[in-house]
Amino acid sequence: MLGWEYPPFNSGGLGIACQGLATALAKQGTEIIFVLPRRFPVASKYFRFRFASVGTPLKSGYTTWRGKSDPNYTGELFRQVRQYAQTITNILETEDFDLIHAHDWLTYPAGIRAKEFSGKKLVTHVHATEFDRGGGHVNQMIYEEEKNGLQKADQVMAVSNYTRQLVIKHYGVPEGKVRVLHNGINPEEFITTQTFSTGLNSLKKAGYKIVLFAGRLTLQKGPEYFLYAAKEVLRDSPKTIFVMAGDGEMLGQMMNLTASLKMSNNVIFPGFLRGKELSDAFAQSDLLVMPSVSEPFGIVPLEAMAYGTPVIVSKQSGVSEVVSHVFKVDFWDIDEMAEQILSILKYKALKETMSLNGKRQSLSCSWDKTARQCLSYYQSL
Amino acid sequence: MSSICFYFQVHQPYRIKKFRHVNIGSGEDYFGEKDDQQLNNEWILNKVALKSYLPANALWLELLNRHPKLKISYSISGIALEQFIKYAPEVIKSFQKLVDTGRVEILSETYYHSLSFLYSRDEFVRQIEKHRNLIETTLGISPSIFRNTELIYNNDIAHIVSRLGYSGMLMEGADAVLGWRSPNFVYEAEHEKDLKLLLKNYKLSDDIAFRFSSPDWNERPLTAEKFAQWLNQINGNGEIVNLFMDYETFGEHQWESTGIFNFLNKLPEELLKHPDNDFVTPSEAIEKYNAVGRLDVPDYVSWADVDRDLSAWQENAMQQDALRALFELEGMANESNDKKIIEDWRKMTTSDHFYYMCTKWFSDGDVHAYFNPYESPYDAYRYFMNALTDLKLRLSSQTAHAQSARIR
Repeated sequence: MLGWEYPPFNSGGLGIACQGLATALAKQGTEIIFVLPRRFPVASKYFRFRFASVGTPLKSGYTTWRGKSDPNYTGELFRQVRQYAQTITNILETEDFDLIHAHDWLTYPAGIRAKEFSGKKLVTHVHATEFDRGGGHVNQMIYEEEKNGLQKADQVMAVSNYTRQLVIKHYGVPEGKVRVLHNGINPEEFITTQTFSTGLNSLKKAGYKIVLFAGRLTLQKGPEYFLYAAKEVLRDSPKTIFVMAGDGEMLGQMMNLTASLKMSNNVIFPGFLRGKELSDAFAQSDLLVMPSVSEPFGIVPLEAMAYGTPVIVSKQSGVSEVVSHVFKVDFWDIDEMAEQILSILKYKALKETMSLNGKRQSLSCSWDKTARQCLSYYQSL
Repeated sequence: MSSICFYFQVHQPYRIKKFRHVNIGSGEDYFGEKDDQQLNNEWILNKVALKSYLPANALWLELLNRHPKLKISYSISGIALEQFIKYAPEVIKSFQKLVDTGRVEILSETYYHSLSFLYSRDEFVRQIEKHRNLIETTLGISPSIFRNTELIYNNDIAHIVSRLGYSGMLMEGADAVLGWRSPNFVYEAEHEKDLKLLLKNYKLSDDIAFRFSSPDWNERPLTAEKFAQWLNQINGNGEIVNLFMDYETFGEHQWESTGIFNFLNKLPEELLKHPDNDFVTPSEAIEKYNAVGRLDVPDYVSWADVDRDLSAWQENAMQQDALRALFELEGMANESNDKKIIEDWRKMTTSDHFYYMCTKWFSDGDVHAYFNPYESPYDAYRYFMNALTDLKLRLSSQTAHAQSARIR
């Protein structure tokens, strides 16, 4: 299994998804050799890691990178991607395996190399496409790498039907080759604690309602729609606090927008939250909104639901295919988003019912279930 | 001897529009949506009339003419009748023709197809009265048999219904009530010796209503001949077979392409091939057969879902909250003397609104999802509550007016 990053050295969802899938597969008896381009201090109880080279890893992950803004970075990234495809030979010479599973375009050249070297089948796994990340701007070089990997693969796994359709439409991959493999969560991780670390507690005690956004502040995640909806909500319910948890190149822009909408007293920017800080924010919020413009999957809503927090997800997301006990909205439909937020804030019975059913539903979306599905796809090869 | 009793429920709710939170206080109308077919009550009524009510009525009329012994019965909710009058008067005419044969019985129910008996007996009685009046004026009939919304029944309802002078009532032949006993006899209510009970044979009824075109049913295709054979097996083990179902079964739930009308067309003649079979209306059934036993039903039963209880309308917190909030306004609404307010409030008592809020099966996407005009039960709840909040505002401003008038 070829990856690019791995928790805690991850910049976004890719590393988390790789960890979830690899661990569940290994628990179900599949032997996994998890390959990373460089040495990271990572470990697993269930499988071995191999590192293609010994150099230091790239500081920031690719997911935070914006192609158009930093051409030097693009050059460096491509150099590393190509280097991965060369240095992986060291591993191929010393390991025995039956199948190659490569996660996202950064690992595709290495995956293709592995296929050529070993003659084994190649599965490429699409966690995101350039059409999701680009926000309208597609980096041609990355697109070519993606396309090449998808076309040379024996099978393509897409994290949602939403992504599957993009892959078929934009990359010319035959329909029969693309399977849907939804992401999941680890149900055992979601145990609500009674002690909360964040300052949200005092706000709640003062009678404020909390609405949470958790994601990178990039075009793809639609943070500005969250703020415009917030403005609508505040007209009706001024005692509401909107928390924008995350970092990204739109942070400054979002702060300016908050100020120009005259709601600086009602919006908090706590930065990128991890671990207990993040889980506390999930558990303490009255609801979470994921207004993504284009979201291949989106694990965050599943995590919030697992804490019993109601969620609103954009219809332009993969996760909306697997959850029904939520509100769904077009990312651009600010009025409707505000209506949905208000109904969760106003009607206790709605919040209670959605929380109860949503929790049950998200806990059934486990990586174990994903791994069982993945194994059945492997077997069909 | 085995008598067959057909009973069909005709009902269409006033679906609540996507009433927005920002519109609370605007006092705009709550019911129907012009631009959204799923919530356009007039459009739906006409669609169902064309697919179901009109062709089904025409076929039954033809069958009644062809078989002089055939008899059937209906109950038509007040709000369905009202909508026929407004949007599709030809449906009323076709029902009138059926009634004119003298072999079609019309039953009594609540005008608004409501859950009122669960919260207010007074309102329950008022809605039954209102329904009686409409049936008398439109179809010239004075019903003597009662059927409650979704066949919901227990001892308390039997008590009220009996006191209102009805001699019979329909109910679900639920296993939980019957145990080892058969639904194919007439029973009487535990404490009301003047109220006889007709029990739905859910096996045979649901073969037509639900399973007829089900792809995973191994008896498909169901022919009239086969169905008659199943029914004939009851001969000797029962006196009456009650086939109760939604009238929309014919043409709407089971589309014409499933062959449901052809099935129906042959059914009476196949049933009449057995010399011991005949047809009865509910009131004839209770005249003809003595009660073989008493049914003690302390807990509610209904014909909904596999659970056959109240959980389709009353299970989750949203449903309970919506019903509680609605009936909290009963007194204020009725005392308002404002016709429009009373009517709006009553239209909101219709059981369908609460059925749409049901989350029991929402994950699996079955019958609740199919019959839900909203995207989710959560949407059904929020539009209902937004409208109810608006109604509450109208009531309080009206009260304020009345008070200031009195002071003056």
